[in-house]
Amino acid sequence: MNPQAIIDGLISGSTIGLGAIGLTLTYSILRFANFTHGDFLAWGAYLTLTVAGVLGGLAAGLGAPVYPFSFGWGLPLAMFGGVVLTVALTLGLDRILFGRLRARGADAIIVVMASFGASMALRSLLEFIFTAKPAYFTKALQIAKPLGLGMRATPDQLLMIGLTALLVLALHLLVTRSATGRAMRAVSENPGLAGVYGVDVDKVIRVTWIIGASMACIAGVMAGLLVQIRPYMGFDLLLPLFSAAILGGIGSIPGAMLGGLIIGLAEAFAVQIVGAEWRAAISFIILVLVLMLRPQGLFGQREA
Amino acid sequence: MELLAYAAFFLTIALTYAIISLGLNVQWGQTGLFNVGIAGFVGLGAYVSAALTTPDAAERIGGFDLPIALGWLAAMAAGGMLALAVGLLTLRMRSDYLAITTFGIAVALQLVFQNTESLTGGAFGMAFIPRPFAALQGQAFAFNALNLALTAAVVLVLYLLLEHLLRSPWGRALRAVREDETAAQALGKNPILLRIQAFALGGAIMALAGGVQAHFIGFIAPGNYLPMMTFQVWAMLIVGGSGNNRGAILGAVLVWAIWALSGALISEVFPADQQARAASLQIVVIGVMLCAILLWRPQGILPEVRSVSRHLGHRNKDK
Repeated sequence: MNPQAIIDGLISGSTIGLGAIGLTLTYSILRFANFTHGDFLAWGAYLTLTVAGVLGGLAAGLGAPVYPFSFGWGLPLAMFGGVVLTVALTLGLDRILFGRLRARGADAIIVVMASFGASMALRSLLEFIFTAKPAYFTKALQIAKPLGLGMRATPDQLLMIGLTALLVLALHLLVTRSATGRAMRAVSENPGLAGVYGVDVDKVIRVTWIIGASMACIAGVMAGLLVQIRPYMGFDLLLPLFSAAILGGIGSIPGAMLGGLIIGLAEAFAVQIVGAEWRAAISFIILVLVLMLRPQGLFGQREA
Repeated sequence: MELLAYAAFFLTIALTYAIISLGLNVQWGQTGLFNVGIAGFVGLGAYVSAALTTPDAAERIGGFDLPIALGWLAAMAAGGMLALAVGLLTLRMRSDYLAITTFGIAVALQLVFQNTESLTGGAFGMAFIPRPFAALQGQAFAFNALNLALTAAVVLVLYLLLEHLLRSPWGRALRAVREDETAAQALGKNPILLRIQAFALGGAIMALAGGVQAHFIGFIAPGNYLPMMTFQVWAMLIVGGSGNNRGAILGAVLVWAIWALSGALISEVFPADQQARAASLQIVVIGVMLCAILLWRPQGILPEVRSVSRHLGHRNKDK
């Protein structure tokens, strides 16, 4: 067994965890399994790429790599723009599709179906605009530095693990300590009752989309920086995202992150044993095991 | 003559989709079960039937040279068993867990089709699947027309069976569970058992469709069973009218026609290097169409017909 799998697993697990956070929040607060979420990751990556292209046109110096990373100041700036645009995309989608179905009192499963349709449309739209050819944030190559114990990582990868830890901590504090977080938990318990108590349910829904979309965009950029950007990148991550959210327990932010890391690590180790072509099956096996043994997940509450 | 042969070919494919759509109608239309892994069930049926009926091949296991009808039956059994397993696992839990699990099933089966070369032929797929009326393959029209007749007969038999079944007390109990689970339970129906039965029946029908399709075309590959197929079948049922068997068939033919025509249009209008790109627009259109129908006409073209027991006699006409 190669210890490098630990680093590989932590890195892909960070991406999965960040993506799963948005999924678990929409699942618990808006009460539907959002099949579009994977495509938010892909859109986040492509929107960031577009902003980076525009910024690069305005000021060429922004693209120059900042030691020791493979990208320049342009990328964090562009990611900020990408986050704003991804948030706008999700809020727009909520306004024209999910919000209307919600207002009509449609069954959760109808909303799931609509998200499935929207996911296909969004993904194919990406393919139409950017073609199926993979794109890259940077062409710079990085040498992985030894960390000891036979493990290696590039500076980019270490930065991502650090950034993920910071984001999860900040979100966890937001949800557990702030008034907004309290309102979010109230709506996830019982939207009707929360409304009666004066919680602004529409605002909570907006905050949920904003958090979910921002994390999705950042996860998409990370996945794009580590591997490549493809229209199908988000769709391919959808099953790991769902498995992580369910493994962690629906509605739990630390749960989603931990679920993501577990799946990332399991994939990395499994790839060494059964070969990379079976990678996508790992999250399915974990999903089935969780549903059989502990359907409420690690941190979830048993449903009444 | 060539045009007629093509029309028969087109309709035969459309009718294989109608079979899938009828299967989905049992799961979704009647019982409200959301299956996102349709392509997996169809693919399973196709591969099982192909493995049993193809002539022996050196490079892979299987190839038992059995009759086609036996392949179809085995396909149904396999699809039913898989659906049964999925149903037992998830149907006790909240409804979207079924959606996520079926999505995973389709991904996992796709990997199996791709990676187990010795069983499925891997990425190259399986060829030489026996076709019904193979002796006539030389005459395109006669061959396609006979296959069309055979597929139409399968659709007709299924349609009559399902209509009968769904008007039976069992069918009414399914709809009762869909509409109000607690009320159905209070009347002594077991919602979980009913759901599992309906899901297994639907899965078996989808797998049968896979078998029928594989034998008509004579060749299968993993690329035929992508999420795209699941998505098309959903569009078919929702457009045609979920809950209505005739709607399911109509939707299948209609959406397949839109698909084939827009595909032909794209290959006419766009230059060769842009065609793959333009083809993605087809999917955007169908996705938007699906969402639009869910928003504005959720009942589809042919809405569900209210059916009550015939023993209620004149009271049927009340509404």
